[in-house]
Amino acid sequence: MKVEGVTLRFGGVLALQDVSLHIAPQQIYAIIGPNGAGKTSLLNCICGLYRPQSGRIQYGDVDLVGLPTHHLPRLGIARSFQNIELFRHMSVLDNLMLARHVHMKKNIFSALLYWGRGQREEIRQREFVEHVIDLLEIQGIRRQTVAALSYGLQKRVELGRALATNPSILLLDEPMAGMNVEEKEDIARYILDINEEWGVTIVLIEHDMGAVMDISDYVAVLDFGRKIGEGKPEEIRENQAVIHAYLGQADER
Amino acid sequence: MAQQSGIFHEDYRSDLQLRPTTMQRLRLVLLFVFLFGMPVFAGSLEMRYANNILIALIGSIGLNILVGFTGQISLGQGAFLAVGAYSSGLLVVYLNVPWYLSILLAGAITALIGGFFGLPSLRLKGLYLAVATLAAQQIVQWVLRNWDPIDGDINQRVGEALNIPAANFFGHRLNDNEYAFYFVVLFFAVLAVLAATNLFRTHIGRAFIAIRDQDIAAEVMGVHLFRYKLLAFATSSFFVGVAGALLAQHSTSISWESFTINVSIQYLAMIIIGGLGSVSGSIYGAIFITLLPQIIRGLGNGIEDALQLVASAESQLAAHFAERFQDLLPRIEQGAFGLAIILTLILEPEGLRKLWQNIKDYFRLWPFSY
Ligand SMILES: Nc1ncnc2c1ncn2[C@@H]1O[C@H](COP(=O)(O)OP(=O)(O)OP(=O)(O)O)[C@@H](O)[C@H]1O
Ligand SMILES: [Mg+2]
Repeated sequence: MKVEGVTLRFGGVLALQDVSLHIAPQQIYAIIGPNGAGKTSLLNCICGLYRPQSGRIQYGDVDLVGLPTHHLPRLGIARSFQNIELFRHMSVLDNLMLARHVHMKKNIFSALLYWGRGQREEIRQREFVEHVIDLLEIQGIRRQTVAALSYGLQKRVELGRALATNPSILLLDEPMAGMNVEEKEDIARYILDINEEWGVTIVLIEHDMGAVMDISDYVAVLDFGRKIGEGKPEEIRENQAVIHAYLGQADER
Repeated sequence: MAQQSGIFHEDYRSDLQLRPTTMQRLRLVLLFVFLFGMPVFAGSLEMRYANNILIALIGSIGLNILVGFTGQISLGQGAFLAVGAYSSGLLVVYLNVPWYLSILLAGAITALIGGFFGLPSLRLKGLYLAVATLAAQQIVQWVLRNWDPIDGDINQRVGEALNIPAANFFGHRLNDNEYAFYFVVLFFAVLAVLAATNLFRTHIGRAFIAIRDQDIAAEVMGVHLFRYKLLAFATSSFFVGVAGALLAQHSTSISWESFTINVSIQYLAMIIIGGLGSVSGSIYGAIFITLLPQIIRGLGNGIEDALQLVASAESQLAAHFAERFQDLLPRIEQGAFGLAIILTLILEPEGLRKLWQNIKDYFRLWPFSY
């Protein structure tokens, strides 16, 4: 995925200023930066929820700026949200099944009758979803309504829902936020599995520096909408501007 | 349910079944025995109530698909019922379409018109959308009030009714034989319940619910929001149109007065009391709202009779009371209707379906209900 010179303005606020990223296939690419740096806004631009004033975003040879959001899964792009945005009244299973939406042949008449193809489709998609359930070890909560789950599990289900679209690139907005150390380790392990076993490119927004440094191949740093550094995790650790803007701030807290 | 523990599905097909246990199937059989046996022991008046319930049930399932499942508030129910009723009536009167075909065609026509009035849902949500659907209600009502269905004149005298010729059902007239009509409406009601239940076992129904719960996430997951909102309007309107057509075939004439905003609100009350986003809730709501006024009236009449009885025993005071009560009865009925709705919702805000679920859950654990 290529992001080139993306600028996004909200009235007077410059959420993103001339940001360029190059995300190589199969990488775990982390985007870090202090609160309000523009990380979520960048994902929203990629997903077509925000339209940048200038710049280009390309995935393969498809231009993403101006592309309707519902086309994303077809291109192999999936994301999770910073504030859990699951379908709260549906079961875990139904949340994951919804992610198979674009892979299903849809016909209102066969849905009303639940005959033949409609039923076969459900069963075929269910098999894929069960792979995701196994990978994320959520077998036990399949039937539960999402709203009744703990925060950590909801985050995991959201990861699962994104994965169930069978993406080639997965955009994760703070998948470990608000978790304890153990839960964070689980999520990190799942992310590594998804990356290694399924060959999915990962874009990871995360505040936990330890986790980022451990699992990512490449890191970009945003501050006030500008990219102030990028490189391998060990390079980022040495980068003065980054230490000043981000790590320094963490020390002060 | 008490019968459910210890069931292990061996393939996804059986896991996806609607009624997995024998007990549940038995209950279903009993329900059908009751439904088919009803005409044997019920009088014409009871059959009329049953028919009204079954029509309301089809309409409330339709409305629930849109409002409860997809989260698109609509105040246009009355209008869509009217479209169904008039479509069916006009098709029969002018094109000599057989009545049963006219019912299905009325559903299709209402689906188209409902889809059209769903266009504002592209931009509008919640109460704003509700106001936009109010426009549908007003436009349809205006047309029906000012247009003479007999000679096609617009600017007609207000309140011109459309006479519906009696439909012939194996030699019975549907508009004055409650028993014959019962089997027709039961057929459509069973189909409606099955179709709606199936819909929400599949991806299209799931997409509807996803739009209600979290539209942005649904879009990111590939749901074409606009297309699915229109589909929800159309599907919902199909059910409502069929209900409207049945109303027409149940009557000797129809006029705009049966399809006002009050009807829209009554149907909203049905699905809210029954349970939003639930097929069975639509059924409970339809029964409740249709029968409640009858029950209240029955109670009121009972009290009135009792007072009259005392009055006839030459008590001045009782005679006075009886007279006053008779005057006030209609208003007391309305008040009691509202009160019953409020009390039900206070008892269980999620509606009768949840209330019933609570009762079942209680007995599932009984007597160990700690
Ligand atoms: N819809 C919006 N309207 C107006 N301003 C916005 C909007 N979305 C984001 N912003 C602004 O853009 C800037 C970047 O916000 P963004 O949410 O992208 O930050 P972030 O890096 O994700 O922060 P955090 O770590 O807190 O999630 C902030 O100043 C924010 O106030
Ligand atoms: Mg953010």
